[in-house]
Amino acid sequence: MNDIAIRIKGLVKKYADVVAVDGLDLEVERGECFGLLGPNGAGKTTTIEIMEGLNTPTAGTVEMLGRDWAHHGDELRARIGVALQETKLFDRLTVEETLRLFRTFYPSDRALEVETLLTELQLGDKRRAWVQKLSGGQRQRLAVALALVGDPDVLFLDEPTTGLDPQSRRALWDTVASLRSRGKTVVLTTHYMDEAEHLCDRVAIVDHGRRIALGTPAALIDDIGGHHLVELSSVPSLQAEVFTDLVGVRAVRASQRDRSEPQDGLVLSIDEPHVTLPALFQRLAERGAKPTRLVSRTATLDDVFLSLTGRTLRED
Amino acid sequence: MSLSQSPLFALGASRIRTFLREPGAVFWTFGFPLLITVALGIAFRNQGPGRFPVALVEGPGAEGLAVELAHDPAIAARVSSAAEAAQLLRTGGVLVVVSLGGEGAGRAGEVVYTFDPSRPDAPAARRALDDHLQRRSGRRDVLLTRDRVTVVQGARYVDWLVPGLLGMQLLSGALWGTAWNIVTARQRKLLKRLAATPMRRGHYLLSFRLAGLVFVPVQTIVLFVFARLTFGVVIHGSWLAVLVLALLASWSFAGLGLLCAARAENTETANGLINLVTMPMFVLSGVFFSSARFPALVQPAIRLLPLSAFNEALRHVVNDGASLFSQALPIAVLVAWGVTSSVVALRLFRWT
Repeated sequence: MNDIAIRIKGLVKKYADVVAVDGLDLEVERGECFGLLGPNGAGKTTTIEIMEGLNTPTAGTVEMLGRDWAHHGDELRARIGVALQETKLFDRLTVEETLRLFRTFYPSDRALEVETLLTELQLGDKRRAWVQKLSGGQRQRLAVALALVGDPDVLFLDEPTTGLDPQSRRALWDTVASLRSRGKTVVLTTHYMDEAEHLCDRVAIVDHGRRIALGTPAALIDDIGGHHLVELSSVPSLQAEVFTDLVGVRAVRASQRDRSEPQDGLVLSIDEPHVTLPALFQRLAERGAKPTRLVSRTATLDDVFLSLTGRTLRED
Repeated sequence: MSLSQSPLFALGASRIRTFLREPGAVFWTFGFPLLITVALGIAFRNQGPGRFPVALVEGPGAEGLAVELAHDPAIAARVSSAAEAAQLLRTGGVLVVVSLGGEGAGRAGEVVYTFDPSRPDAPAARRALDDHLQRRSGRRDVLLTRDRVTVVQGARYVDWLVPGLLGMQLLSGALWGTAWNIVTARQRKLLKRLAATPMRRGHYLLSFRLAGLVFVPVQTIVLFVFARLTFGVVIHGSWLAVLVLALLASWSFAGLGLLCAARAENTETANGLINLVTMPMFVLSGVFFSSARFPALVQPAIRLLPLSAFNEALRHVVNDGASLFSQALPIAVLVAWGVTSSVVALRLFRWT
């Protein structure tokens, strides 16, 4: 059995005035949770909808579970589960009625029991509520329940937690984590780096329809040099060169590129805080500078994106 | 496989449920046509000629004549000043103004009737008034006559109106019910979500017609039972023929709905398309007034409209007791519209 669930080669999607996907290659392995990460407009939704068979590429090939959409559409639709970015369902059907309706679309030997789904997605006490009356988090849980109703081999989640409150977001993460632990293949898109770090075995970072990085979250963070970052501002402010020779420092850059950081600050990539920080204080003292801001933190995929593109994900 | 496990049945049941949970839609589908029937039935009820309102211009003899006219069953007279009478005539408050040789009269003793002959009933009012005044002045009617009043069932306006109202109701119901729902679902990305499941796409579209199988007989029966109870409208043909025609028409109209919905991206576009289809037919196809009023040149084209075909066939069945088989031509027109519009719509249809 092939252990590649999805293989995409040279994927291009052009619209009249814009190139949404610009030559994308990806392989998603069976049983992994794969994240497509990028800012809004990076081409994530176009890519995932092509994988789902809802959109056709201008060029390139998509192989789903060893099949292709043009010839095995019916079979593939029965084997995948989809949660679109923001689907509005039938407003005046209840949660349970909606699940029962979708269940009829799938082969009966495959389809999961409605009760199981209600329990698993914690929708039991909302079963008789109209979809219209659900909160954002409940609606998203219903969308995931509907994606699971056919017991899919591959589950697609497009921006599953966008617009949710932190608590609903956590609850959805737990659901996805439990699916992954049961060996489901999950493909999700997100523009939240912490979400990708938390959930995904591997992530592809996409920007302007191209893949700019691919790997496990840890490896991607490693690649930018150092797991720890020190953000530093001082009076008087000092040049980057002052710190480049400090023990354990891999790189120093000015932080102006990120609007959230102070204009005059520096960001140091380091290996181990307990080694570098004492030396850093000593160097500051030698120069007669006082730190006005000093933050030591672990690096995130946000930092990876910043070091790759010079922009943050939050900049739209 | 039980019925509840069938996707087509489940989709149809969902359609019916969501419809019944929308009080506005229920009212427009079932309640509103009854209100129209009542309003038009009352406005055009056969009430005999009634009493013609006339004004007598103040002057010698006017008051006396008014007292006398109070006993005439055909005339309701009032006495007014000349200015007031002119005003009443202009606003339709009276049909004729009479002056008994006072102001405005040419010769002594001359009676002057002022009226607009283009206004319905005005010439009749003038004649009734004149008869009364002539007899009062001594005219003798030499021929013996007697009136026998009768109303022919099936030939009244309301008998003619009710089948057309059903046609209008089915046309707008099928178009709004199909097109509006599909376009809303497209706009909300529900169509896309459904397209991502193994649901057979034809099942979704068929579910609208399945729901129609339930709604249409209810609409038809409610309207005709109501018309029977309030206005005594009788179906001279068979109920079965009426139901078959109604179902066929609704099925045919739903094809037009599908066509309106095939591409429209948003409800504003759908709204425009639906009005574009329905409005001309409401006017041309003989809902409120007979399409015979249009020039002979366009008659063949009008008869080919699906609503005209339905109204024509249904009126023959309801009012003339015609059989379904005798209506083969209009039925063929309905089928042709239904098939053609559905086929074209499916070709154009966009799921994502």
